[in-house]
Amino acid sequence: MKRGLSPFNLVSLTVGFAFLYLPILLLVVWSFNASKLVTVWGGFSTKWYGTLFQNEQLMAAAWVTLRVGLISATLATILGTLAAVALTRHGRFRGRTLFSGMSYAPLVMPEVIMGLSLLLLFVALKIDRGFLTVTVAHTTLTMAYVAVVVQSRLATFDKALEEAAQDLGCTPTRAFWQVTLPNIFPAILAGWMLAFTLSLDDLVIASFTSGPGATTLPMRIYSQVRLGVSPEINAVCTLLIGVVAIGVICWSIGSKWRSRAAPAV
Amino acid sequence: MSSPKAAVSWPKLSALIPYAWLLVFFALPFLMVFRLSLSDSALSIPPYAPQIDWSRGIDGIKAFLGGLDFDAYKQLGSDSLYAKSYISSLRFAAEGTILALLVGYPMAYGMARCKPSTRSLLLMLVILPFWTSFLIRVYAWVGILKPEGLLNAGLALVGIPPTDLLYTPAAVQIGLVYSYLPFMVLPLYAALEKMDYTLLEAAADLGSPPWKSFWQVTVPLSIPGVIAGCLLCFIPMLGEFVIPDLLGGPGSLMIGRSIWMEFFANRDWPFAAAVAVVLLLTLVVPIVLYQRQQVKALEASA
Repeated sequence: MKRGLSPFNLVSLTVGFAFLYLPILLLVVWSFNASKLVTVWGGFSTKWYGTLFQNEQLMAAAWVTLRVGLISATLATILGTLAAVALTRHGRFRGRTLFSGMSYAPLVMPEVIMGLSLLLLFVALKIDRGFLTVTVAHTTLTMAYVAVVVQSRLATFDKALEEAAQDLGCTPTRAFWQVTLPNIFPAILAGWMLAFTLSLDDLVIASFTSGPGATTLPMRIYSQVRLGVSPEINAVCTLLIGVVAIGVICWSIGSKWRSRAAPAV
Repeated sequence: MSSPKAAVSWPKLSALIPYAWLLVFFALPFLMVFRLSLSDSALSIPPYAPQIDWSRGIDGIKAFLGGLDFDAYKQLGSDSLYAKSYISSLRFAAEGTILALLVGYPMAYGMARCKPSTRSLLLMLVILPFWTSFLIRVYAWVGILKPEGLLNAGLALVGIPPTDLLYTPAAVQIGLVYSYLPFMVLPLYAALEKMDYTLLEAAADLGSPPWKSFWQVTVPLSIPGVIAGCLLCFIPMLGEFVIPDLLGGPGSLMIGRSIWMEFFANRDWPFAAAVAVVLLLTLVVPIVLYQRQQVKALEASA
């Protein structure tokens, strides 16, 4: 039986993807609408983007989000990679079950609970909520994702290469830096990107752990969205979607190019 | 292994840092939620009674343990609002999961039957929404569903009277299916894509009509994907906050939203903590099921 597409397959694919993409496309289109109403097309306009850049609150929130994202993604990448290495390479050690459980639990833990529990910790430690606490919270959330991505790469990576390096006189540390790390680097980079976008997106955990002066962009967007649709918010969202789309497309072109350049690895 | 000594110290050191981080910022806070849920309700600011009096040593700890109670949980049981929001969360999550399966299965099936080049493109299109802000994707529906929104404008064009969907349970349902559809499609596609299609040929050769081969060959072979997809949708849907808050009205109660409200509006922290513990206990079963499914899948592929 050939793998042909029946009309039913075509319809379900078209409807499914339309359902996934139409709302996002509409949002992008609305952001260029001169009219404030979503049902009235007032002509093409970029005026909402202009007012956006004059909106100091939004700009400040974007700056906070960017800094939180960069710092927490970097920390999470280091911690997540170390966790992945420990879980795949070090065999059994005391407390391994607890460790692996804790490494993955943030993936399935409802955000509300994670936010609430971290808030309690910060309150108990009498740490003022703000930039630092959001960054710590996002690091904890995203390191689990990094650990999963890196671990799946480590699992397929040929351990014999590492052992060969050690047989040739490398110390385990050096073998890690010179053999393992370059091999798992694409996964580490992917983990960083994932951590960064997750931090950029997060509303719930940030709302619990942030304080005055550290309002993130999703928090700002959320407080405006609650009041209804606003063309300015459409413009922010379009910019965010654009950044992510460009990032993902560059990434996939890059990985295609890499796999062509080095098919053996 | 040239120097066993170095091999011992390096892993210890490297594992210690993330381990310590998770203990402090993940395990400890969670224990605090649990402890808080056993504290006396109604005090809106910490410290919460009872406190451990370390100066009294063992007696202090005993007094602390004696002071813990299940009042917050009792309140939870007696407060019909919470029972309602708990049950309605379960219902929303279950219905959302089934709807996502109904939409996602034909999609994944269609994808699996495409040419390999088309397949990888479609796969990327399914993954792409993962990278786009959740909040933004939910927000996009506000403009579509609101009374003067696009849906009603479209319905008016074909002469159907407008429906007021925004702030109704139906809107929450749409939001849930829309947001979690990729979680359903990916495992389904993974199961359907690696299926041996010669089995369908064999069934056809033996005289089975296509619909019967579908039910008797394709569906049973895709069951692991169905289970994984359903759990991947159900687990996060149950604790969902953004979707019921933005698309649902006051009637669309969900437990994640209740925790949020209890925390930010009513500021009854021990009560919110008790709600959180109950939510977590509910999630333990599906999470364990999912883990076991994953282990089985790993063993099958190895």
